[in-house]
Amino acid sequence: MTTAVLLQAFWLVFDPYVLLVILCSAMFGLFVGCIPGLSATMATALLVPITFFMPPVPAIAAIVTATAMAIFSGDIPGALLRIPGTPASAAYTDEAYQMTLKGQAEIALGAGLVFSAIGGLFGTLVMILFSPALAEIALKFSSFEYFWLVVLGLAGAVFIGNASVLKACITLLLGLLIACIGLENPAGMPRFTWGMKELMSGVELIPMMVGMFAVSELLRYITNMDPPHIIATEKIGNIFSGMWGLLKKYPWPLVRGSALGTVIGIQPGSGADMASWLSYAMSKKFSKEPEKFGTGHVEGIVESGAANNSSLAGAWIPAIVFGIPGDSITAIAIGVLYLKNMNPGPMIFINNPENIYAIFLVFILANIIMVPLGWLTVKVATKILRVKRNILMPIILIFCIVGSFSINNSVWGVTLILFFGLAAFILEENGFPVAPAILGVVLGTMMEENFITSMIKSDGDPWVFFTRPIAMWLAIGTFVILLWPVFTWAYQRITQTRAV
Amino acid sequence: MKFNDVVSGGVLLALSLLILLTVKDYPDIPGQNIGPGAFPGLLAALLAVCAVLLMVKGLRTQRHMPWLVWGEWMKSRFHLRNFCITVGCLVFYITASDFLGFLISSTVVLSTMFIALRVRLSWVLPMSLIVTLVVHTIFYKALRVPLPWGVLMPFQW
Repeated sequence: MTTAVLLQAFWLVFDPYVLLVILCSAMFGLFVGCIPGLSATMATALLVPITFFMPPVPAIAAIVTATAMAIFSGDIPGALLRIPGTPASAAYTDEAYQMTLKGQAEIALGAGLVFSAIGGLFGTLVMILFSPALAEIALKFSSFEYFWLVVLGLAGAVFIGNASVLKACITLLLGLLIACIGLENPAGMPRFTWGMKELMSGVELIPMMVGMFAVSELLRYITNMDPPHIIATEKIGNIFSGMWGLLKKYPWPLVRGSALGTVIGIQPGSGADMASWLSYAMSKKFSKEPEKFGTGHVEGIVESGAANNSSLAGAWIPAIVFGIPGDSITAIAIGVLYLKNMNPGPMIFINNPENIYAIFLVFILANIIMVPLGWLTVKVATKILRVKRNILMPIILIFCIVGSFSINNSVWGVTLILFFGLAAFILEENGFPVAPAILGVVLGTMMEENFITSMIKSDGDPWVFFTRPIAMWLAIGTFVILLWPVFTWAYQRITQTRAV
Repeated sequence: MKFNDVVSGGVLLALSLLILLTVKDYPDIPGQNIGPGAFPGLLAALLAVCAVLLMVKGLRTQRHMPWLVWGEWMKSRFHLRNFCITVGCLVFYITASDFLGFLISSTVVLSTMFIALRVRLSWVLPMSLIVTLVVHTIFYKALRVPLPWGVLMPFQW
């Protein structure tokens, strides 16, 4: 990292247009995160058609800022309505709501804000320090290592944190099969196109994302039979009072939450929601006052609030260095990077270093401006929560339609969002998680290319996948994850037999 | 709309067999013993295995569950109607936007959705028009997306 590159990156970010984009996406993210039913991933999916027309740095800056804000502002309806604004806030929604009922809404929201910003900065620091170092190692990777890395990432996405591993596996395979559609395969043969010219270049990622995350959410709103929500309190005091005291009281939960969040973010397929659940559970386990959890105790909010924001930065590490998304948001962002000719991978540090350092600076900036903008959002929160969703949702539908049309200036995009919206809606009703499908689509081409290239290079000898040193360790890691459920089942059977 | 896992598994098994049938005729890459059918074939085979496992699981744990359970929302005429209207609006846009143009199609979609979701009637048309014009300005004017004019082509601005 030379001073010249850093200076270039600085000027790329502190450009009036980029700063304006950051401000607008921050407000967009805060608004979307605050409304229950609209998630950070939906915010990204809706933003992408607009960033399509921007240069790379403001495009990525928009996504980074909007998601950082949305993950924090999801805490607001959690505390005031007992409904999380985004799935990442669900872990401590009950806790925050109990605090509001005790008249401590400002402490819950203040902790959510301040510790989210600190967690986000921690994750950003890890990303800045580790990505270049990891890129050095990644330069030694060949097609064999990339193949195992993709399989490892996908295995982790399926086996970690899913209620039904079998159903997650099925949706992953469906996503990988969707990636097979089209001409873009090593043989250049049109697969599964049935003569349709629209399918020749495969299924476009962005309309698919918009359909799966935005349209399906809309359909869920339409079919939701819950009664309208009631705001628990109108009065919120100064959210910053007492925060310094909390920082002195809970330094270890903060560090633990930030570290765990970053690590979970790095693991492909698991993102902010899993980070916040796991760190809430960890907070309760290591707390000196575990009995207070669930009654309106701020410690869990400190740890999980930091974790879900730090996971956002963690997710970018494999995304930038290997092109493997750490969560659904970075899956979308990788699509954007490819569109902007900033192909992720270790070479990006050599070919476009100023753009990558610009992204690092945007992360730092986003986490800093989160504090004043978040404070402003809390101030107007009760007004935002009163925005009628029956007006908002049709407007979102039109944005989905126009956004997906604009990718290829064709109404085929709208057909895709309808198809994938309905498919995601039905799949989720039946317990099939949708996130592995996205990973499958994003990584399918990479996986096949590396597999076929490796097989051609080794003249059809599959043992080369296991004899190169880095490939061997990645293969071992993959099999450990794949066979972990078998190990735990066998261990349980043995201990049960011994007990009898 | 919940399907019994046996039904879901059956559909997925049929899909995987269809894929295997399609790829078996794909030619290999010239000079190599692997081709474009290898990867989808492997995925389809794995999908078939998962589908069978799902069917077995369904037979063991959901034996008494009917093959299809309609969602609670489907029993409510209001919610079912709105679901059909939402899907219908998308189909309407796909089929009619080229002929009618974006401005008219969007106004129709927004108005229909607002009325279906019980927005105050006096707000429906003004809001639909304002939102349509704002979206048109952002995407057509600012982002230069060629939204279709349709029948309003003689009046384009």
